[in-house]
Amino acid sequence: MSTQTAVDSMISVKNLSKVYASGFQALKDINLEIQPGEIFALLGPNGAGKTTLISIICGIVNASSGQVQAAGYDIQRDYRSARQAIGLVPQELSTDMFEKVWSTVRFSRGLFGKAPNDAYLEQVLKDLTLWDKKDNTIMTLSGGMKRRVMIAKALAHEPRILFLDEPTAGVDVELRREMWALVRKLRETGVTVILTTHYIEEAEEMADRIGIINKGQIMLVEQTRSLMKKLGKKELILDLAHPLAAIPEALQSFQLSLEADGHQLLYHFDDQAESTGIPLLLKQLAEAGIDFRDLHTRESSLEDIFVQLIGGRA
Amino acid sequence: MNWYGVKAIYRFELARFFRTLFQSIASPVISTSLYFIVFGSAIGGRMSEIDGISYGAFIVPGLMMLTILTESISNASFGIYMPKYSGTIYEILSAPVSALEIVLGYVGAAATKSLILGCIIFATAKFFVSFSVLHPLWMLAFLVLTALSFSLFGFIIGVWADGFEKLQIIPLMIITPLTFLGGSFYSIHMLPPFWQKVTLFNPIVYLISGFRWSFYGISDVGVGISLTMTGVFLLLCSLTIWWIFKTGYRLKR
Ligand SMILES: Nc1ncnc2c1ncn2[C@@H]1O[C@H](COP(=O)(O)OP(=O)(O)OP(=O)(O)O)[C@@H](O)[C@H]1O
Ligand SMILES: [Mg+2]
Repeated sequence: MSTQTAVDSMISVKNLSKVYASGFQALKDINLEIQPGEIFALLGPNGAGKTTLISIICGIVNASSGQVQAAGYDIQRDYRSARQAIGLVPQELSTDMFEKVWSTVRFSRGLFGKAPNDAYLEQVLKDLTLWDKKDNTIMTLSGGMKRRVMIAKALAHEPRILFLDEPTAGVDVELRREMWALVRKLRETGVTVILTTHYIEEAEEMADRIGIINKGQIMLVEQTRSLMKKLGKKELILDLAHPLAAIPEALQSFQLSLEADGHQLLYHFDDQAESTGIPLLLKQLAEAGIDFRDLHTRESSLEDIFVQLIGGRA
Repeated sequence: MNWYGVKAIYRFELARFFRTLFQSIASPVISTSLYFIVFGSAIGGRMSEIDGISYGAFIVPGLMMLTILTESISNASFGIYMPKYSGTIYEILSAPVSALEIVLGYVGAAATKSLILGCIIFATAKFFVSFSVLHPLWMLAFLVLTALSFSLFGFIIGVWADGFEKLQIIPLMIITPLTFLGGSFYSIHMLPPFWQKVTLFNPIVYLISGFRWSFYGISDVGVGISLTMTGVFLLLCSLTIWWIFKTGYRLKR
């Protein structure tokens, strides 16, 4: 839109700290810059401070110290401009149960100071496949639909920045894919998206950059690709038909380990590498006469990554 | 000013009122009718006139005030308490609306609702007794002032309350007794001198007295004092709300 100003950082957080009234310090000296048009994933375990950080940027929680700018506007001094640029889909499903879908999105648009534009809202509802539900009360919708209604509300005032706080928690695979597709589509229209998640694969799938937050501190911010290269280790797990006492000589060249009393063979590989080595391993297993009943892969969990990160620092 | 925002909140709140229109109107109308049947007809028939006004007519202003006070408080407190309770307050807090705009939306809607109900009570009263209004403009002024002040007061209660009990307790334990003891059903001159003095500490005495003056030109206390007291109350509530938003008290963490 013509009134939008170009900014270097869509979100700029400087020395932000938060101590709750209970005395608990939820954020410790956070510094973060988010570029216009990027998809940024904030990755961290329960209680890391993701929601607190988002809530401060959106004006729901007061910061204890530090500065935040959104779309170039200070969230305190220019709170109107800053907030008008932001749409928020909170973690909790909280909607006005007795309202109709259509009136709730109109409400959101008005609340954020925009003149009515029914054509735009119609498009938003259609994009979220909610259009045929527009006259339903929210109470009558399924959980997934309610979540989409909250997204529609967040988009109703045409924000330049969209916060999605755990958009795929408790959401089935299909809706999760829909959500991902929606986020990509939004990015194409120039919207900057910040999402939080517990899942590495989600961050990997969606984000241009990933910030890892733990215990109120940003531990690292990096391009998704290079982060995955560093940390994205995977394991192949083979459930053996007959337990092994030791790893056979012929397989010593692979990074293997035995687990579950020799019933499981673990192979560590890097799925970002040119070749995973899996086909070769399977071939050699067959040659060595080792049968397996089942196989599956496992990604390094968030915990593994923290262990690696903290280990790397020590 | 974000007028779209004010309008959105105002309309949302009124929609809630109209969605439950029947309950919203039925309960005050039924209770007022009961008062008229019991106090106006059954007992009132045996009461002598007060200051030349029939007892049935005498209680009309007090009954209207009773409804306006309780409805203003309950509508406004409920209006801001519900989003806190359901979590939808996040949207209000993250929106580009100032404290003034939020208050205008919520309090404006609550006051509107109680004014509508006040008019309905007025019509109901007409059905039971005959009376006329001496100073209609003053009546309207008192009505609006009272609806606004007590909607502000209700807003404060709604912000303060962190459970449904707290939401109910002030109207139930303080406002209803004060209204009954505030001269709704009698002139305070009918009380013994000591209790007349005590009654003067009840702010609602001034409201009802002033309001009754606008009907019949008679009052327990001076009209000027009534207006001043209402104004002071309005100011106190406004200051409290200003403080609430300035500190984020119970709205922001
Ligand atoms: N109002 C509050 N008062 C005191 N402590 C709080 C409050 N809200 C959150 N906290 C604490 O702050 C920490 C960070 O909470 P936050 O909700 O930001 O975490 P999160 O990263 O979003 O976690 P999750 O992944 O579970 O959503 C937690 O330890 C939480 O207990
Ligand atoms: Mg959270």
